[in-house]
Amino acid sequence: MFSLEGITKAIDTWLNAHFNSTVVLLAECVLVGVAAIALFAVLGLGLVWMERKVAAVMQIRLGPNRLGPKGIFQTSADTLKLIMKEGLTPDGADKFLFNLAPFIVMIVAMLVLAPISFAKNFQIWDINIGVLYVSAVSSLSVIGILMAGWSSNNKYSLLGAMRSGAQIVSYELSAGLAIISIVVLTGSLSINDIIQSQQNGWWIFKGHIPAIISFIIFIIAVTAETNRAPFDLAEAESELTAGFHTEYSGMKFALFFLAEYINIFIVCSIGATLFFGGWMPLHIGNWEAFNHIMDFIPSSIWFFGKTIFLIFLIMWFRWTFPRLRVDQLLNLEWKYLLPISLFNLLLMTVVAIMGWHF
Amino acid sequence: MFLKEYINDVLKAAKSLLTGMKVTGYYFTHRKEIITEQYPDNRATLQLAERFRGEVVMPHDENNQHACTGCSACEIACPNGTIKIINKFDIQPDGKKKKAIDTFVYHLELCTMCGLCVEACPTSAIKMANTFEHSVFNRNQLTKRLNQPGSKIREGVE
Repeated sequence: MFSLEGITKAIDTWLNAHFNSTVVLLAECVLVGVAAIALFAVLGLGLVWMERKVAAVMQIRLGPNRLGPKGIFQTSADTLKLIMKEGLTPDGADKFLFNLAPFIVMIVAMLVLAPISFAKNFQIWDINIGVLYVSAVSSLSVIGILMAGWSSNNKYSLLGAMRSGAQIVSYELSAGLAIISIVVLTGSLSINDIIQSQQNGWWIFKGHIPAIISFIIFIIAVTAETNRAPFDLAEAESELTAGFHTEYSGMKFALFFLAEYINIFIVCSIGATLFFGGWMPLHIGNWEAFNHIMDFIPSSIWFFGKTIFLIFLIMWFRWTFPRLRVDQLLNLEWKYLLPISLFNLLLMTVVAIMGWHF
Repeated sequence: MFLKEYINDVLKAAKSLLTGMKVTGYYFTHRKEIITEQYPDNRATLQLAERFRGEVVMPHDENNQHACTGCSACEIACPNGTIKIINKFDIQPDGKKKKAIDTFVYHLELCTMCGLCVEACPTSAIKMANTFEHSVFNRNQLTKRLNQPGSKIREGVE
C-alpha cells in the first residue's frame, strides 16, 4: 500500500548504508527543505487555481479555461509573468525593510510547517509543544506585514498594515482559546498525541456541542488571521488599493501572495488535525470492520482531503460574505467571539473533567 | 434580559450567514446555472436576447417593398445625426405628386444603438437587428443605405 512513511524510511536506510551519520543528517536537511519548497510551489499554484475556479462557479461564471485542461496551467503562466516583471523599490521607501518584509512573511509560513503531521509518521519535527509552537509562530507574520506597510512610505500601505495588526492581535485570542479547548480534551500539546487521541472518532463528533462551537470559532478566527475576506481589511481593494502590498511588484508581490495561500493551508491543516483527526481515518467507536476498511485509504489522502475541505469552506466564506468595517471587526471579536469562546472553554473543561466525551 | 438579546443576536447572525452560504452553495453544486457565453467558440449556436440592439435595419418583403413613408421622424428623433432621409416626389397614376423616400442614409459609425428612431417610427418601417460583428477595414462601409435599390413603399401604408 502507498504510504509517505515508506518513502522516507527507504531514503533513510539507503543514505545510512552509503554515508556516515553527519552526511546523512545534512542530506536529509536539504531533502526536507527541497520538499517543503516544492510543497509550497505546488500549493501556491494549486490553491490559486482552486480559488479562481471556486469563485467563478459561485458567481455563475466559468473561470480560467483556456490554458490546459480546465485552465490548470493558468497559475503557472501567471507566476512566469511575475518572475519576468521588475521588482521595483520605491524611492521614498526604507529599502532594507522593504526588501526584507516579504521574506519574513514567507519564512514564518515555512516555520509553521515544521510540526504538522502530513501522514502517519510523516512529520518534519515532532515536538511535544506542537500546537503552542504553531500558534506562537503564526502570529509572527504580523511583523512582516507591519514592516511592509511601514517601509513602503505610503498611506494606503500603512493603513492596511495597522488594520492587519489590530486584526491579528485580537483574533489570535479566540483562535488560541478554540485550540485550548481541544488541548483540554486531549491533555497534550503534541500534534502526534492529539491525532492518536482521535483513534476512536474525531473530536468534532466526540466532543459534543462545545467542540462544534469551538470549531466554528476557530474557523472564523483563522479566516481573520489569514487576512481573507470577509476580514480582508488589510488589503481591501476598494478602499486601500492593495493595503500593505500596494508598493510591491514582481516576485516580492508573488511572495506575499503565496504566503497568503500557504497560511490558509497551514491553518486549515491545524484545524483538520485538531477537530477532524489529521491523518486519522474515519473511525467510529468499536466498529472493527468499518474501521479496518477505512484504514485502507492512505493516511496522506485523509489529511489532504480534510485540509482541502476546510480550505474550500474558507473560500466559500470569501465568495459569499461582504467585508466588515474595522469597528464591526473588533466588535465581533471582543463582544462576541471572545466571551463565547471563554464560556465554551469552561463548558469544555466540565465535559473533560466529568468524562462526558466519548 | 440582556443575555436573551445577545443570544438572539448571535443566532440571527448565524442564520443570515447560512442563508448567504446556501445561495452560493446552490450555484456551486448546480453548474447548469453558469451563464457565461463562450464567444466566439459558440458563434454558430449563439442565442442573443430578442431586445438586443445591434444595428438599424429596414425590413423589405418579397416584393421588395418597405413601410417607410419618408416622414423623417427618425431623423428628428436621432440624438447624434446618425440618420439622413433624402426624399423625392413620385408622380402617381392620377397625376398627383406624392412624397416618397429616395435614400435612407444610416451612419453606423455614429450610432449609439439607443433605439429612439425605432420608437419614433409611425409605420414600424425600421427595427433593431441582432447582428453585432460590425468591424470593417474601411470606414466608408459603415455608411449604409437602408432602403434597397428599386424598392417601393408597400401599398396601403400612409
